[in-house]
Amino acid sequence: MSTVRAVRLGPVSWQLRLRTTAVLVAGVALLGAAGCVALALGTYTMPDGGPVTPGDVVAVLTGGGDEGLAYVVWDLRLPRILTGALVGAALALSGAITQGIARNPLSSPDILGVTAGSSVAAVAVIALSGSRGQISGAAAEIGVPVASMLGGLLAALGVFVLAWRGGIEGYRLVLVGLGAGSLLSSVTFWLLSVGDVDIATRAVTWLTGSLNGSSWIQVTPVAIALALLVPVVLGGTHLLGALHFGDDTARSLGVRLNAARLTLLVLAVLLAGVATASAGAIIFIALAVPQVALRLTGSAQPPLLTSAMLGAAFTVTADLVARTLLPAGELPVGVITAVLGAPYLIYLLMRRNRVGKAGV
Amino acid sequence: MTASPPKAVFADTRSRRLLLIAGLLAATLAAVLLSLAVGSKFIAPLDVLQALGGTTDTETGAIVNGLRLPRTLLGVLAGLALGIAGAVIQGHTRNPLADPALLGITQGAALGIVLAVMVGGISSLFGYVWFGFAGALIATITVFVIGATGRGGPTPVTLALAGAAVSYLLQGLISAVVLFDTDVTDIYRFWKAGSLVGSNLDLLGKATPFIVAGIVLALANTSALNALSLGEDTARALGHRVSLARAIGIGSIVLLTGAVVAIAGPLGFVGLVVPHLARGITGPDYRWLVPVAGLLGVVMVLVADIAGRLVLDKGELPAGIMLALVGVPFFIVLVRRRKLVSI
Repeated sequence: MSTVRAVRLGPVSWQLRLRTTAVLVAGVALLGAAGCVALALGTYTMPDGGPVTPGDVVAVLTGGGDEGLAYVVWDLRLPRILTGALVGAALALSGAITQGIARNPLSSPDILGVTAGSSVAAVAVIALSGSRGQISGAAAEIGVPVASMLGGLLAALGVFVLAWRGGIEGYRLVLVGLGAGSLLSSVTFWLLSVGDVDIATRAVTWLTGSLNGSSWIQVTPVAIALALLVPVVLGGTHLLGALHFGDDTARSLGVRLNAARLTLLVLAVLLAGVATASAGAIIFIALAVPQVALRLTGSAQPPLLTSAMLGAAFTVTADLVARTLLPAGELPVGVITAVLGAPYLIYLLMRRNRVGKAGV
Repeated sequence: MTASPPKAVFADTRSRRLLLIAGLLAATLAAVLLSLAVGSKFIAPLDVLQALGGTTDTETGAIVNGLRLPRTLLGVLAGLALGIAGAVIQGHTRNPLADPALLGITQGAALGIVLAVMVGGISSLFGYVWFGFAGALIATITVFVIGATGRGGPTPVTLALAGAAVSYLLQGLISAVVLFDTDVTDIYRFWKAGSLVGSNLDLLGKATPFIVAGIVLALANTSALNALSLGEDTARALGHRVSLARAIGIGSIVLLTGAVVAIAGPLGFVGLVVPHLARGITGPDYRWLVPVAGLLGVVMVLVADIAGRLVLDKGELPAGIMLALVGVPFFIVLVRRRKLVSI
């Protein structure tokens, strides 16, 4: 179906699938293009009143150019684009792993309770740091991402334990995740109602997922997490490959099923948790992007690297749209991903219904 | 199944069923009385009865008639409506996991209300209840169509997931609206927690006709539901007009959930839990199941509301949260069964 070529570089050799490589390159190109447009586009105008030209941006990036524009590009737009790219990559990678483990296109950190757990913890910190005054200053700033991370981990653990019945089945995991999500989100909304309205607005922004106001402080943790986790994930690729063939085959290939699933799931949750901690609950990237990558590359299961690259490109593009769509103000990127992602999930459901697999 | 003659079994289940229903009626009355008596100030049941319908000039009269009576009546209406709606939804979808909140109906009503408040500047219940209905109707039809597309019809899992997908979409749109307007945020966040606080007799009077109409449609739908549980073909052979029955069912669901959601916010899981308990009391006959689900709904909502007043030292937990705390474990137990309970 697709051309596979062996590539040798000295002692190292690997398989090169042409179609996958092409999609990967296209992803890089899309990310580059969206990034460049995002760098140039915005309300800032040059001191002479003229619009910012690509030349001006290049001048700034190479160290020269207009000082005001340099501030806008280096301190506002670049960190935002990088946060978007890294968060998108982490979410899509997390989704690709989850879908690989469950052999189910519908499982994703959004549906497995991770997002809801992160949300409830983050909103608790936002709400308590405000009106109740128990947490303030730096503690509140660091508190939100840390709490979000822990909340996501705990919720995922809870869902996993509750869905466990001598093993994990796809549909049970998804349904338990939905149930846990609905409990956690009702607690989230109660928390929203106890604080004052400014805090509620801040919390809703976080809940929707937003890159507004991202700075280098947001870039660093995701970058470090990705640098640490991606090699580990890629090292586990063979496990996902084995799981894909079904439990019996995987077992006969020497894979310890439950240990492998648990390890991979922890990696997926960590990735989603870090991403959610820095940009809020941007939904559907983890769900939709791996499936898009799967279809584009024609591979048997969601491809890891390609998913990550497309996730980065998609998030940066969605944020660009969110930032420029309405003249009145900036939408959170999560609104765009929800509006694009939900119809996709619906399409997925309808399509699988026709195939007769009843959704899962 | 059993060796005893069919007639004796029937008589036996019938008396057992009547006994259980009598007990349920007693429990409903007790819940109503407790809801009037319990709170930051406990009022003895005798004093409650004395104060009922009387003056609001005394402190007891003000608490009972001014605060707790409207709240309790809203609980009764909401419980009836959600319990019955849950039974009708589960009957039509033959889906044990169906619930207005899980199926995106609540979110549809929410988006309708939020849009009404923002675009129309409507902040009175009677203004935005129509938008709540419209939103609920559109969401219901969307979810059913998605869940039912293709062969095999709506399975528990597809319907739950279609509901989730639609909910996510609507939630995204709601966030977009809410973030542009702090006035909307303020109304939305209180509404979203799901609470019986702040209801008054005026609001209740306006919502009641819709709920009564919904209940009438649901009761009229019960014999068709009995036939539909044997399959659409059998129902048709028995002389039921299937599409008419479906339309009546959806109309009833929308009236009941739309009205409750508009005035009380999303009170989740009543519609999920109650029909299962009701089935335990009445068996699968919808002519019994639907009204019993209504009564059980009343008990569940009132008990959740009363518990919410007692759990916190200061303030209280809204009924919506308490219902989720009770409902989710129930949902998870259902999901963990070897085979999802079939209806």
